[in-house]
Amino acid sequence: MRARVLIRPKAGILDPQGAAVERALPALGFAGVSRVHVGRLVELDVEDASQLQSMCERLLANPLVEDYEIQLLDVAPDAS
Amino acid sequence: MRFGVLQFPGSCDEVDALQAARRVADAELIWHGDRDLKGADAIVVPGGFSYGDYLRAGAIARFAPAMESVIEFAREGGPVLGICNGFQVLCEAHLLPGALLPNRNLRFTFRQVQLEVRSSGGTFTRECALGERLSIPAKHAWGRYHADEQTLAAMDDGGQIVLRYAPGENFNGSLQDIAGVSNEAGNVFGLMPHPEHAVDELIGGSTDGLKIFNSIKLTVEAA
Repeated sequence: MRARVLIRPKAGILDPQGAAVERALPALGFAGVSRVHVGRLVELDVEDASQLQSMCERLLANPLVEDYEIQLLDVAPDAS
Repeated sequence: MRFGVLQFPGSCDEVDALQAARRVADAELIWHGDRDLKGADAIVVPGGFSYGDYLRAGAIARFAPAMESVIEFAREGGPVLGICNGFQVLCEAHLLPGALLPNRNLRFTFRQVQLEVRSSGGTFTRECALGERLSIPAKHAWGRYHADEQTLAAMDDGGQIVLRYAPGENFNGSLQDIAGVSNEAGNVFGLMPHPEHAVDELIGGSTDGLKIFNSIKLTVEAA
């Protein structure tokens, strides 16, 4: 099964990367952008999707400072 | 008395840590793949970029075989010092509270910093007076200390906030100017600045870092 894990800085924790992007966009002429946050994306094929939460808690995310969201994708694993 | 200094792929300050430890006692390197801590009385987890710092600084190193032994050693009360990347590894291993995040300025920054000793007399600050200032270099991109408010309050009450950046010195945006923290039992200590780089006036501009190594030695010898 193909899975996607989205990892974001927890709400309320200073996110300097998000702030830098939020400052950069108006400089390029994109107005009306707010609440920008930069996180991480992990994509993986897993045989047992029930292990994903444990993978996130132990390695993929640091639950003290990051929230994670697991998405299961309805596509067959890439045979290559 | 003997220090054991861990060495991961990507460590870069293990030799300086070894040399600093050897100014006060015996010291040996311990390869990350070894579970044997070689009878060390105290462990130093050094600075660098263990396993490339992939994913998050320290996230993968905490699972190294040597770290399994260090976690057991720490739980039995053995003194463990984590410097910079070592601090990140100890937080990831849950031997220390909180986490280190990217610097507020998003830059790798290298500068001499002035620190204030906020908890003295323990394993790592036996040689320091309360309020004493230490001048020690810092060099990192991921040094912004974070813990939730409840944890910070408990740490403050328990004397776990050992070092703070002096006023105007908190370049990385750490909460409450925190530069170094200990665990509840006081036998595990991590700090972002590098005491091993401040052991010789000629090249470090200060020998304040030796106080940390000496404190550990005195504690072990007094036990």
